[in-house]
Amino acid sequence: MNENIVLEAKGITKQFPGVLANDNVNFDLRKGEIHALLGENGAGKSTLMNLIYGLHHPDNGEIFVNGKPVAIHSPNDSIAAGIGMVHQHFMLIPVFTVAENVMLGDEVTKRGSLDRATVAAKINDISRQYGLDVAPNAIVGELPVGIQQRVEIVKTLYRNAEIVILDEPTAVLTPQEAEDLFRIMRDLTARGVSIIFITHKLKEVLAVSDRITVMRAGRVINTVNPGETNEAELANMMVGRQVILTVDKKDREAEGEVLNVEELSVRDQRDLETVHNVSFSVRGGEVLGIAGVQGNGQTELSEALTGLRHPTHGKVVFDGKDVTGKPPRVMTETGLAHIPEDRQRHGLVLAYTVADNMALCDYYRFPFSQRGVLQPKALDEHARQLINAFDVRTPSPFVSAGKLSGGNQQKVIVARELSRAVKLVIANQPTRGLDVGSIEYIHNEIIKMRDRGVAVLLISAELDEIMALSDRIAVMYRGEIVAVVDAKQTTREQLGLWMAGAHAETAQ
Amino acid sequence: MQSEKQSGSLTRQILQSISEASLVPFLAILTAVIVGGIVILFVGGDPILAYRGLLQGSFGSTKALSETAIWATPYIFAGLAVALAFKGGLFNIGAEGQLAVGAVVSALIGYALPEWLGFDVPAIIHLPLVVVFGVIMGGVWAGIVGALKAYTGGHEVINTIMMNYIALNTTSFLLNGVMKDRSPTNVIARTPLIADSARIPPIFEGLRVHWGFVLALLTAFFIWWLLTKTTLGFQIRTVGLNPDAAKYAGINVKRIVILTMALSGMLAGLAGVIEVSGLNYRHELGFSIGYGYDAIAIALLGKSHPLGVVLAAILFAAMRNGATRMQFLTQMPVDLISMLQAFILLFVAADAIIRYIYRIKSKGERVVLTRGWGG
Repeated sequence: MNENIVLEAKGITKQFPGVLANDNVNFDLRKGEIHALLGENGAGKSTLMNLIYGLHHPDNGEIFVNGKPVAIHSPNDSIAAGIGMVHQHFMLIPVFTVAENVMLGDEVTKRGSLDRATVAAKINDISRQYGLDVAPNAIVGELPVGIQQRVEIVKTLYRNAEIVILDEPTAVLTPQEAEDLFRIMRDLTARGVSIIFITHKLKEVLAVSDRITVMRAGRVINTVNPGETNEAELANMMVGRQVILTVDKKDREAEGEVLNVEELSVRDQRDLETVHNVSFSVRGGEVLGIAGVQGNGQTELSEALTGLRHPTHGKVVFDGKDVTGKPPRVMTETGLAHIPEDRQRHGLVLAYTVADNMALCDYYRFPFSQRGVLQPKALDEHARQLINAFDVRTPSPFVSAGKLSGGNQQKVIVARELSRAVKLVIANQPTRGLDVGSIEYIHNEIIKMRDRGVAVLLISAELDEIMALSDRIAVMYRGEIVAVVDAKQTTREQLGLWMAGAHAETAQ
Repeated sequence: MQSEKQSGSLTRQILQSISEASLVPFLAILTAVIVGGIVILFVGGDPILAYRGLLQGSFGSTKALSETAIWATPYIFAGLAVALAFKGGLFNIGAEGQLAVGAVVSALIGYALPEWLGFDVPAIIHLPLVVVFGVIMGGVWAGIVGALKAYTGGHEVINTIMMNYIALNTTSFLLNGVMKDRSPTNVIARTPLIADSARIPPIFEGLRVHWGFVLALLTAFFIWWLLTKTTLGFQIRTVGLNPDAAKYAGINVKRIVILTMALSGMLAGLAGVIEVSGLNYRHELGFSIGYGYDAIAIALLGKSHPLGVVLAAILFAAMRNGATRMQFLTQMPVDLISMLQAFILLFVAADAIIRYIYRIKSKGERVVLTRGWGG
């Protein structure tokens, strides 16, 4: 056995009710390497990491740390074994300082009170040693997301982790912040830390990792070196078939204005103004993409445009009518299709059948309802048509939506929304967390709507998605639209700068 | 062929879902009976004899059946009230108060209307008025709580409890004051007897069971139809299961919250009306021995399904009714019944115990009875 191997998982099998999440998985991590674990949602990456981190227990197989078998029953065991994990959703308390967050769960006290000075000194040591700049006394909630992520990494190093698991670390970062993270990752490995990098983004994997392991449907498909592969090959391994990575989109003249937003301001539930003075318009037959790092006001903007939230200022004109602050029913009846950001919270009633969900916005109209009584036959027939037309994989229309996979749940929503006679589609993160096949499908449906002359407002934090689908791109930063450009006349790098807050003097 | 196969599997699915839904309540009852038996043994009684007494007293004769049906009637109405609110995502603890205001108003219309008008009102007009006013009163009482929830975010659990205090104390004030039976012999806080034209007649000569029981069964069927077959029911269930999706779908969530509470209160009010009009022929302070609270247990045991509510109501009624016979046979105190009911409820609410004892795998679908503050 190679003595350089710091972590090894052998023959790991984990069965969840109805799913074989890990099927005889072998995985190893060498000292000082970045080993990327690539796979679609549901491929079993998270399950494997949760087993290594002690959140679940394998049915079969063994885990070795530094060549010795270890029994990991809880995160405490894995921390003791020198394994640290940075979760996709940070486990930080925003009102605490960096030092307080770092020592949380392992508090250092002096005569019964917290010894912040000792902890701060140790954090400064770690910062210097690994090139991770953080101020121990800063309040975490006031730090940018990229720095919060550093705090998470410092937390693992503070606990003497030699193996760090990063779960989808770039999902919340701008391209520039991601570059910073990659630099930190290389610094860490140069100092002997080993990193497992979980992601589904092909470009990043090729850019930063030493080895790449691809998982699909609970199994390890292959482990390759980045120099000997390319994006297309990795995508094929992930999906198990040939994938077209670009969307086939023909040029087309935009038509008349469908949506016009003037000086719109919106407050979130904490009463903070997260959208200020935003103005733009979307025309028929064009896709306007709104790019931006998550949490820059996109959620509130789309809620205000779909009737879920009252704007505090400004005007929304849809199809020639002033619809500012009008409820969702009015918006739907004016011709809005809304693919919501959070499909399980807004888009579906998980306990309802697929058929009921497919009529969620139309249940009260003919033919689904007559004189206040639901018409099961009409609901059933409608559902069967949409299941066929949109290729929803479900055993029957009577299965509850909660039992479908994420991709098929999203297809239920897309089918429901795009099958109506609509003039405007607002799609917020329409492919988040979906497999490549579903992403392809949904992208094509969106382009079909555009080609039919429908106006499309696409909000997404995935720059690739924005660039592939949009005719024009608006960049949102801290609640404002900082630039609007023609999609053909811009680059990833330029958009990345705007997303990070650079001003748009250079924009045309 | 294909569709036949599918419909066959659909029937099987439905049967399966019914047996799955009723499994835990059934095992909860069984376990409560066993635990209750152990308690009886422990205090030196004979559990077999006690349970035989309970059965005889509740189902052993025509009279016993009639009395069980009488007990079951308010339980069904009030249980439906709580169950309907659960379906809409609301926890109506105020059935007791809604029942009381419904009873007071129906009693008032029942005895005072002929006096006000100065002539006897025919039953065909009088009885419906008694029912309608009582029901409306219950609906308004609960609807206020719904409006408070919808417009101020005030939680319905707190507000229904507060409305209970207001309802019960106002009732007491009225029954001791302006509405008190003025006949010289009366010292109790109760209304005069209602007019004959305001009374629901018995079904059979010589038995007390009245048409209110039939009305309760019909109402249960109606509520099932309303919830599962109508657009309004769809709205209520959507708001109950996922208020965010309901808003997204264009449902006026505030309106539905108020309406659900009002409907729930109407059903609870109906429980009060029927007790006055079908059984007691007057309203008396303390006539309701916690129907409104037992209703919560009944809705839980019945899994908020109207048929489940009817069965649970009959079970609770049988236990209450059979208790006297049990006491006569075994000298076990009637309070034993309250203990049994508490055990049943405990096992239903903490169903993990039942799932653990009988090794039932959880499907991971939990019943959410009420949402957090604010909604």
